Amino acid sequence: MAKKVKDTPEASRMIVSPGYRAFTIINDIVIGIICLAMLYPFLYLIAQSFSSTEAIVAGKVGIVPVGFSLDTYKYVLASGVFLPDYANTLIYAVIGTISALVLSSLLAYPLSKPELRCNKIIGPFIIFTMYFAGGMIPNYILMVSLGLKDTVASFILPGVISTYYVILMRSFFESVPKELEEAGEIDGLSRFGAFIHVALPMSKPILATMTLFYLVQYWNDWFDAFLYLDTQTKWPVAYYLRNLISTSSSSAEDAGEAMTIAANIKSCAMVLTAAPIICVYPFIQKYFVAGMMLGGVKG
Amino acid sequence: MAAKNKTKANKNVCQQESLSRHIKKYWQLYVMMLIPVIYYVIFRYVPMVGNIIAFRRYRAGSSIFGDEWSGLKYFNQFIKDSNFWRAFRNTLALNLKYLVISFPITIIFAILLNEIKNVHYKKLVQTISYLPHFISMVIVAGMVRELLSTSGPINSLIASLGGEPIQFISLPQWFTTIFVTSGIWQGLGWGTILYLAAMSGINPELYEAASLDGANRLKQIWHVTIPGILPTIMTLLILNIGSLCGSAAFEKVFLLYQPTTYETADIIATYVYRMGLGSGNYSYATAVGLFQGLINIVLLTAANIFSKKTTGSGLY
Repeated sequence: MAKKVKDTPEASRMIVSPGYRAFTIINDIVIGIICLAMLYPFLYLIAQSFSSTEAIVAGKVGIVPVGFSLDTYKYVLASGVFLPDYANTLIYAVIGTISALVLSSLLAYPLSKPELRCNKIIGPFIIFTMYFAGGMIPNYILMVSLGLKDTVASFILPGVISTYYVILMRSFFESVPKELEEAGEIDGLSRFGAFIHVALPMSKPILATMTLFYLVQYWNDWFDAFLYLDTQTKWPVAYYLRNLISTSSSSAEDAGEAMTIAANIKSCAMVLTAAPIICVYPFIQKYFVAGMMLGGVKG
Repeated sequence: MAAKNKTKANKNVCQQESLSRHIKKYWQLYVMMLIPVIYYVIFRYVPMVGNIIAFRRYRAGSSIFGDEWSGLKYFNQFIKDSNFWRAFRNTLALNLKYLVISFPITIIFAILLNEIKNVHYKKLVQTISYLPHFISMVIVAGMVRELLSTSGPINSLIASLGGEPIQFISLPQWFTTIFVTSGIWQGLGWGTILYLAAMSGINPELYEAASLDGANRLKQIWHVTIPGILPTIMTLLILNIGSLCGSAAFEKVFLLYQPTTYETADIIATYVYRMGLGSGNYSYATAVGLFQGLINIVLLTAANIFSKKTTGSGLY
């Protein structure tokens, strides 16, 4: 029986019973509803950011803007705080992501070589930090006593190597065929040359995945700024957003204009902050599914 | 300095046969690792040792490791503090409730996703459902506050049904619901990745054989898909149980709680933050954090060993 099926896989897929078809349709509809529910908060924010004050006060805004206006965007962009903080985030995200990619691959690549005897020590040395870590307070004290408080380094350094990502990268590097690197070395490449010219070009999926993950990490980070960055002009936009959200929504009872403008502004700032991530990530999606699956849970 | 000695020490351990040859062959790889290893020593291991201030008095301006021994004073203090126990209970309760609700839902969602036959539709669904995972917690918290505000859609719905508006964010009895629901919204899609990977590894002939034996779609799911992902389910379940006392929820709780909801919302990590960086009781807060860290290491290690024994796969 099984053999017969194997011979005609197409045919067996073509014969679909009404029950099979009904299941597909119902399943597609259920999933569609779930997806719409997942999109709803985004649509609500976008609608609110384009809506007029009166419509929001009246509670008329759903997922379609009411009384369409660009005033909120003009106001936020002209506020003199949002754009500079946005620029900070951009700079931090670029510096952070590049540093993180370089440092993580410099560690992950040697770790992927079983013939390197020291990996028996370095491997556990690195993995142990996933089980146990210095807490929030010792980390804070370290940063202060290194004199890094209120510097860009205090924002970049805490997350510049993520152990979990190093493990994902190591798993990927392990899958690069050894023969290719050896061939490269025969052609006169050094060990480091083999890494740059053979291993890295073959690791585009994991590098793309890591770029996205680190980019998202730095783009979204506000807590390190909250802990370490005292000077307002150094703040990233996520921290600006945090202050905007936590100061104005606690006074939800204050009805009227002040609160609604805040709701407009908050939505607008959130939309603008999330936009780059939302635009970039679908393009990297095809890579990270492969990258995560290879490294995910390893036996 | 310490770092250099460390790598040297490591190299010495490796010195079993023809060290000079080994290094000559691989020195470039060692040089590559040097800066990352130094990074781990300074930014991971020094703070780890810095936990010692849980047993030493630390004042602003002290050395990073404190200035005099204080024994278990800070441990005795927090063990008698009812606010600590409240945070401890809340940490376990929030993590456990989230796990119990989100874990089965994620598996069901993964199965439904796997049943989508149209490749493009499947891809679209994946794109949409993974998206919330990449959104900053600040924005998630902002969305939650907007949706639950007195003029927001939830309260509009309640009003249209004739109810009174509810101040969700400031009521302790609503915190768990808000926490779990927003967590599911953010994590549902992303949580399916490993299950989908496991499902893609199931031999399609099993489905065809089942279908020829007269099994309908639900029966195929029950007899083929679920057994196929059972090892993944077990591994993830055990590892999740291992992090029940962890601080993964810190950012969200910190952004959504307020003094009126501490009763149900305050967790160990937020308590450590307030006691330590908020009120300057560094040693006390470090002692609390260390206590949590020790529980975590025991739970995680046990979970990992158990996982390796039962399913053959662990965290690494």
